[in-house]
Amino acid sequence: MSEENRDAVPDPLAKGGGSGQGPLTPGGDAADTPPEAIRAIPVRHYGRWAGAALVVVLLGMLVLAFANADIQWSVVGRYLNHETIVMGAVNTLWITLLSMLLGVTLGTVLAMMRLSGNPVLSAVAYGYIWFFRGTPVLVQLFLWFNLALIFPVLNLGFYSEDMNTVITPFVAALLGLGLNEAAYMAEISRAGIQSVDRGQTEAAQALGMSGNRTMRRIVLPQAMRVIIPPTGNEFINMLKTSSLAYAIQYNELFLAGRNISSRTLAVMEMLVVVSIWYLALTTIFSVGQYYLERHYARGSDHTPPPTPLQRVARQLTSFRTRPTLPEPATATAADGGTRHDGDGTNGSGDGTGRRGDSER
Amino acid sequence: MSDATTEAHGAPDGATGTGPAGGNGGLMVKAERVHKSFGLVQVLNGIDLEVRNGEVFCLVGPSGSGKSTFLRCINHLEKINAGRLYVDGQLVGYRQKGDKLYEMKEREVAFQRRDIGMVFQRFNLFPHMTALENVMEAPVQVKGLPKSEARRRAEEMLERVGLSDRMKNYPAQLSGGQQQRVAIARALAMEPKLMLFDEPTSALDPELVGEVLDVMRGLAEEGMTMIVVTHEMGFAREVGDSLVFMDAGVVVESGHPREVLSNPQHERTQAFLSKVL
Repeated sequence: MSEENRDAVPDPLAKGGGSGQGPLTPGGDAADTPPEAIRAIPVRHYGRWAGAALVVVLLGMLVLAFANADIQWSVVGRYLNHETIVMGAVNTLWITLLSMLLGVTLGTVLAMMRLSGNPVLSAVAYGYIWFFRGTPVLVQLFLWFNLALIFPVLNLGFYSEDMNTVITPFVAALLGLGLNEAAYMAEISRAGIQSVDRGQTEAAQALGMSGNRTMRRIVLPQAMRVIIPPTGNEFINMLKTSSLAYAIQYNELFLAGRNISSRTLAVMEMLVVVSIWYLALTTIFSVGQYYLERHYARGSDHTPPPTPLQRVARQLTSFRTRPTLPEPATATAADGGTRHDGDGTNGSGDGTGRRGDSER
Repeated sequence: MSDATTEAHGAPDGATGTGPAGGNGGLMVKAERVHKSFGLVQVLNGIDLEVRNGEVFCLVGPSGSGKSTFLRCINHLEKINAGRLYVDGQLVGYRQKGDKLYEMKEREVAFQRRDIGMVFQRFNLFPHMTALENVMEAPVQVKGLPKSEARRRAEEMLERVGLSDRMKNYPAQLSGGQQQRVAIARALAMEPKLMLFDEPTSALDPELVGEVLDVMRGLAEEGMTMIVVTHEMGFAREVGDSLVFMDAGVVVESGHPREVLSNPQHERTQAFLSKVL
């Protein structure tokens, strides 16, 4: 920086002999050309570099350890797409989807009950949440699974059946996981609904909209922005929690792995297989959640950040056009009046600026 | 419009029947000894006033005087505790049979509100919808208009408030003045017979106040009946047909805006005006 500035300074001085104002305007006497962009030597982060080196060494040791471990990777590969495992994964996905569906639906109803003016409804909803959040899922799964011990016959008046025929492992898992989830979803939806400004309801009512319509068209779509992220987390949690259903003989991924390992004695290998499947499933749904959140963020104060794909594309173009540094002022121009929805120029300026800093 | 009757607390005698002599008799709003309290706090202490058809009616007064609360009572966003409030000859929020009052069902209240447009201090646009969608929402959802028809009318309304180039923008991408104009267009799309403005320019930067007042002035010229809670005395003086000064939940003084503003009779009015003018 200093060298370049020194290069620049003599110029106005040389001319300044005439004007006498040279030193005061270091950018030269041409007022229309902006001053030269700052090219400072970045701060050196020696501590971080040492830390990074240490982490790389540790990673290498970990890889080495696993390479020499007594684990048959060929077995892992062979069972990765084994019929039993795939079946288990499908069942895991299936029970997760259904439990979440039950949880979200019942949870929304419970949230409405809690927010309703009726003390009976809100107390019952509160009691439900209190019980299902306060006991472990595993216990709840067994409670449903063993229901026949206290109610041998399911009698609905018009329909009567032996309880053991009704409560299959699938039904017990669905009830256990879904009803437990409803308690959590109730709290999540309630927080979402309450996060919507009261003025929104009033504006809708003033336009002559009924309460139901206001909820459906105005409040819930806005509540979604608050509800979706934790619901996505719940979904991903559920993918993993559903493995508890192995204890009540529901044939999901983890039980499938165990069944094979009890036959082949390849315990660690099957655990690795199962882990790979869980990782794959959670990764897919994390990506889905990301795009869902973007959808419900529309109309919010800030323009959505670029997607990873857009970021990669931008990174490539910014490497090509490196020399032009972004003007810092454009990134912070977030005044409501003049802002436009061009996330193209704004976003790229922001992104390259930050990334450039951390790399150097 | 008489001075407030502060003593009467109970509801007026049931003999009032269907209210102001059959139909509306040229009256859009009629308030009779309206009382409203929030818990122990008495906000409205017997408001009597009349708003004629086609009138621009300004409500002024210090904050906490109950003017916004009264405005919200007119479309039943707040329930009154005593007295009677009529819009276009109909009791607001209640049905009267003999000397008994029946609370209206939510659906009936919603039906009454269709004809009463409201503009809020904080705009309250729906942030997840574009300007156009904001204006289209109620005609489609409430009146059941076909989308194409609603869109055509919404575009017309937005053009009328000077925002035909901002239809696809979300509220967050609009300035305060633009948002408030969208809010006015949204209320107008329901073709109301009465418009309520609750301090429509109070949340705006000073240089954006004018554009909103211009739209309101245009509305007044077209003969819209408007009740405006405002601190814009210039607007009240220039556009208003009558003005009411409220303080502590009662009407202190009322009359033609020019008269009240330039020659206030009551000392509370004088004290208030000396601070804001």
